[in-house]
Amino acid sequence: MTDVAQNSLDAPALRPDARGKDNVIIRFESITKRFGNLPAVDNVTLDVREGEFFALLGPSGCGKTTLLRMLAGFETPTEGRILIDGKDIANLPPNRRPVNMVFQSYAVFPHMKVTDNIAYGLKMDGVSGNEIRRRVDEALELVKLGGLGERMPDQLSGGQRQRVALARALVKRPRVLLLDEPLSALDAKLRDQMRSELTSLQKKVGITFIMVTHDQDEALAIATRCAVMNRGMLAQVATPSDLYEFPNSQFVADFVGRVNMFEGVLEKDEQDEAVVRCADFSAPVYLDHGVTGARGTTVWVALRPEKIEMHKRAEGQTPFKMEDAPQGANVTPGIIREIVYLGSETNYEVELEGGRRVKTFRSNLTRYDQEDFTHNEPVWLAWHACSPAVLLS
Amino acid sequence: MSEAATPRPRRERPGPLEYLRRWPLRIMVGGTLFFLYLPLITLMVFSFNDSRRNIVWEGFTLKYYEKAFSNASLIEAFTNSLTIAFATTILSVILGALAAVMLWRFRFPGKTAAEGGMALPIVVPEICMGVAMLVFFARVMPWPQGLPWPANLGAIIIAHTSFAFPFVATVVRARLASFNRELEEAAKDLGASEWRTFWDVLVPHMQPGLIAGALLAFTLSLDDFVITFFTAGPDTVTFPVKVYSMLRFSISPEVNAASTILIVVTVALTAIGLHLQNRNAQKTKA
Repeated sequence: MTDVAQNSLDAPALRPDARGKDNVIIRFESITKRFGNLPAVDNVTLDVREGEFFALLGPSGCGKTTLLRMLAGFETPTEGRILIDGKDIANLPPNRRPVNMVFQSYAVFPHMKVTDNIAYGLKMDGVSGNEIRRRVDEALELVKLGGLGERMPDQLSGGQRQRVALARALVKRPRVLLLDEPLSALDAKLRDQMRSELTSLQKKVGITFIMVTHDQDEALAIATRCAVMNRGMLAQVATPSDLYEFPNSQFVADFVGRVNMFEGVLEKDEQDEAVVRCADFSAPVYLDHGVTGARGTTVWVALRPEKIEMHKRAEGQTPFKMEDAPQGANVTPGIIREIVYLGSETNYEVELEGGRRVKTFRSNLTRYDQEDFTHNEPVWLAWHACSPAVLLS
Repeated sequence: MSEAATPRPRRERPGPLEYLRRWPLRIMVGGTLFFLYLPLITLMVFSFNDSRRNIVWEGFTLKYYEKAFSNASLIEAFTNSLTIAFATTILSVILGALAAVMLWRFRFPGKTAAEGGMALPIVVPEICMGVAMLVFFARVMPWPQGLPWPANLGAIIIAHTSFAFPFVATVVRARLASFNRELEEAAKDLGASEWRTFWDVLVPHMQPGLIAGALLAFTLSLDDFVITFFTAGPDTVTFPVKVYSMLRFSISPEVNAASTILIVVTVALTAIGLHLQNRNAQKTKA
């Protein structure tokens, strides 16, 4: 492992609660769903393990919601099987499946007060009155809505309505809780707060959560494991940090986070060294790891903006060498064309000699920027040989 | 001199949206109110007129109300009308709601035709409906004569329901358009059966539409003259038909008194209905 990759493992991927539980709770077996002739979900095979906070991530129309709705029972798979705890649930209607859902619109019953909303599922199950009251109170406390039980839904804010929806689903103690775009209807501040609350809630109740989202930030921040979907198919299933640092395709690299993508040809591929020649750079790109591709293969070099360093370049000076860089550090000249100040950081677009623009940014570590980069300033861009991901598709 | 120094406060010109400060609109509104309400007010005022011919005002009296209340055939017609209206309302609300749910929820062959066919009673001229009902009850399905009250009103109730329920269906259908399907899915997800979901989620959502539809059906039935006239037998006279026959002899204040009572009953029922609907709308808006 390279040092950059090791740093990235501090991400939520290895949170202690995600470790050690690997019995499969939900299994999708070659699930296909067609609407008419259009496949919405195309031959998806996927395991979700007990205790995970699993995210289905993808652009709109990629089939992630359809997959979730098949699990809840609102859609029937055209082909394949869905197993919960090893049992095929094809013949169970939605009201008899051991899963509960938090809907995108929250779907809080508008004509019932909060406690009645939460009690509804228990009432359907024939739980006794005393037991219902006890569990509803417990659920209210769990989602921090104590004291609001007598309110009608229209007297609640959006965030509070979502908590009602959460409590209403959790009070039934499902095997799996499904969340359909849980944060998309909240404003930015509240969204951040709910993110961390969802994580701690999941730890507290210990139930497996499956969330659908199109927001990659959300998925990276909350989930212990993500499945990226594209056009009905699984693109990659991995922990958030693996998705970000080791994407397996252009689609994943581009969808998760920001990226600079360069097309090139593999010139040399050995155990611990590879060279890619890109039309965008005058010099070839050096990598300190093998790629497993034949010479002459077309590959894509994916480089995250934060992994590019930017340095001043005076006229006539020899190319900058990174002092601590291993052999074969990559350096290329460019000119700053665009500067976007964002407070905590500043984004730059740097034009390479071939005309290609590269995104990079610098954190504003001091209140006065000592280096003070300006428009049209010549700079060196440099990155470690281990930084770019080389993609074969 | 001093007058020029303190200019009179000029009236501000009306703003772009202050329509009521412009004279053409004032005339429109005034004219509408005048022609809408003055005839009704005249009718009510002259029900207290102490004159048999009821052409000039001759003094206040309540005797025509007394007379109307002691007129057994008028009371019977009034009771008939109310009974028919209640029965029609209940039948139309059930039929209309079911039709609306069917058209909203399901796709089936001939759905467009069913939708159009249901709107037919709304657009077909009432006189044609009346004649059609007359022929239907005379030739196809004669309603047995001489049944005890209220079974003898059956033909009229059927006729009224057939033209009132499409109105209910239209109103309820419009209400259903705003239904969030996720509510239904949420109920099922929480363990409710199809039937429980219908009662616990769909019906509460439809409620304002049901109340509005019921009001429509009730008033449509209560004041229908044309269709009733063709379907009513000699022993099933309704209020509008009775008033019409009274008018053929003379325009006595008794007719005014009876009409005033009808107006009061209708207005009161509408007010109650609207009140219920408002309270409900406040409760369910979310």
